[in-house]
Amino acid sequence: MSDVIEQIKATFPGAALSESNAFGQDVLVVAPDKWQGVARWLATESGFAFLSDLCGVDWLEVRGEARFEVVYNLTNFESKTRLTVKVPVAGDPPTARTVTDLWPAANWLEREAFDMFGIVFEGHPNLERILMPDEWEGHPLRKDYAVGKVPIEFKHLSPGF
Amino acid sequence: MSTVDQFEANSAGAFVEAWDESAETMTINMGPQHPSTHGVLRLVLTLEGEIVREARPVIGYLHTGMEKECEDNNWRQAVTIVTRMDYLAPFHNELVYSMGVEKLLGIEVPERGQAIRILMTELNRISSHLVWLATQSMDMGAISMMLYGFRERELLIDFFEMVTGLRMNHNYICPGGVWQDLPEGWRTPLADFYSIFPKKIAEYEGLLTDNPIWRQRTQGVGVISREDALALGATGPILRATGLDWDIRKAFPYSGIDKYEFEVPTETGGDVFSRYVVRMEEMRQSLGIAQQVIESMPEGDYRNPDPKITPPSRRQLTTSMEAVIHHFKIVTQGYTVPAGEVYVAVESPRGELGTWIVSDGGTNPYRVHVRDPSFVNLQSLPVMMKDSLVADTVASIASVDPVMGGVDR
Repeated sequence: MSDVIEQIKATFPGAALSESNAFGQDVLVVAPDKWQGVARWLATESGFAFLSDLCGVDWLEVRGEARFEVVYNLTNFESKTRLTVKVPVAGDPPTARTVTDLWPAANWLEREAFDMFGIVFEGHPNLERILMPDEWEGHPLRKDYAVGKVPIEFKHLSPGF
Repeated sequence: MSTVDQFEANSAGAFVEAWDESAETMTINMGPQHPSTHGVLRLVLTLEGEIVREARPVIGYLHTGMEKECEDNNWRQAVTIVTRMDYLAPFHNELVYSMGVEKLLGIEVPERGQAIRILMTELNRISSHLVWLATQSMDMGAISMMLYGFRERELLIDFFEMVTGLRMNHNYICPGGVWQDLPEGWRTPLADFYSIFPKKIAEYEGLLTDNPIWRQRTQGVGVISREDALALGATGPILRATGLDWDIRKAFPYSGIDKYEFEVPTETGGDVFSRYVVRMEEMRQSLGIAQQVIESMPEGDYRNPDPKITPPSRRQLTTSMEAVIHHFKIVTQGYTVPAGEVYVAVESPRGELGTWIVSDGGTNPYRVHVRDPSFVNLQSLPVMMKDSLVADTVASIASVDPVMGGVDR
C-alpha cells in the first residue's frame, strides 16, 4: 500500500471504503460523500494533477444498492505512478459530483459517462449528450440496454431507393 | 427585411446559425462534411469578422458503439473491434487491449512476441505521422507534400500487409503474443524502406522547415500553454511541444521498450510549428527503435505457449486429440479471464492511449473503456483557436491530428 492511500486515510477518516493493488497499481474505493474533499486534495496537494481517464461501469445485478461506479485514473507526473479511484454512484437518476473544476479534462469524459450510462454529474458546466444524438432515448452502455434493441433506421425505404 | 433574413435569402445553404448584430458576431457551422476537418468533426465557430471568438467541437457522427460491441464478443474477438477505433494506429489499439487482457490473465509474452509488437507499433507511428504530415501540409497549401506523405506510407502499409495480411485493421496483436510469426523474407521490404526513408525525412524538412510560407502559417498559430494542455488532459506531441518530455514509453515502459535507446523530442513553442518539429523528430526516433529491433530480433516463440489461450498450430491438429479439443474450445467458446480490473496505457502517435478493462470471470469482457488520445486532445482545440484567424482553424485542427474513428468509437 502506498503513501498516498495512507495519507488519504489519515486526512479523511471514513473516506476509503476499501483499497487493493491491481497489477502494481493502487486502487481505492472512496465513499461518494467524501469524494469531493478527497478529489480536491488529490488534484491540488498530492501530485496526482493529471486525470488520465474517467469512465462509468454498470454493475447491474452484481451489486445491489450502488449500481454504477465512476472510475478515475490519475497520473502523478513527478513520481511516475498511477492511482485508480472508484466511486460508487447510487440513486435514480444516478448522481455524482463533477470534477471538472479540479481536472478540466473531465469535461468530455463526464459527458460521455452521462451519455452512455445516464450518470448525472452535478455542477458540470454543460452536461449534454456527446456521442449519441441529442434526442436519443436510453443510455446504450447500460447492461439492460441490449445490442439489437435499436430499430434499424431507414429500414422502411424500398430496396431500390 | 432584416439583415439576417436578407443574408439567408441570398445565400441558401450558408448555414448561418445565429447573427448578433449588436456584438457583430456571427455563429457559423464548419463540418461535419468538410475536407479540412479530418473526418466527421463539426465545429461551431463564433466569428467576429475574421477572428474566431469561440469554437465548439461537436462530435459523435462516427459513433458505432464499439465499446458495447466488445461486451458481446469473446476476449479474442474483441481485438477485431478495438483495432478499428483509431484506424491510423491499429497496432497500438490492439497492443493496449492485449496488454490489459494479459495482465488479467497473468501471462507473459515471449521475447520475440514483444519485439515484434514494438517493431509493428513503432513503424505504425511513422505511418500515422506520415498521414498527419500529408494532411497538415495539404491544409496549409503544400499539395505535393500530401503526395509524398502517402507515397512513403504505402511502403509501410505494404510491409504490414506482408506480415498481417491486411493493410489496415490488422487484428494481428492478440492476447498472448501476435497472431503469426514474421514471414520469410520480412527483412527485405524493411531494408528497402530504410534505404530511402531517412533521406526522405530530410527532403520533407527541406521542403517545409525553412519555407517562409510554412513558417508564417504555423509559427505562433494554435498556441497552447503547458498548464492548459495538462489541465485539459492533452498528451502526445501536443504536450511535448510545450516543453514537457512526458512519454508513456519512458514513464511506464511496456513490451520491453526500455531495452531500446531513444530520445523524447520536445519543443517549447506550443504552436503548430513546434508540434511539426516534434513529430518529425519522433519519426526519426521510431526509425531508430525499429532499427534496433530488426538488428536484435530474438529467436523463439512469438506467442504464449499456454494451450488454453493460444490455439494449436495446424500441424498439431492432425496429430494430437488434445490439440483438437483445445482448438474447439477456443474457437467456439473462447477462454475465461479471471475477474478483475486493470488500467494500461501505451504511447500512441497521438498520446496516451489507455484502456480500462473489467472482467467478471466470463468469456466476454464485462467492460472495455478506451481512453482515446484524440478524444481528450480535441478538448484543447477551442483554447488553440480562441482569437485566431478563420484561416488558421484548419492549421490547428490538423496539428491536433484527431482520428474521428477513435474520438467517436
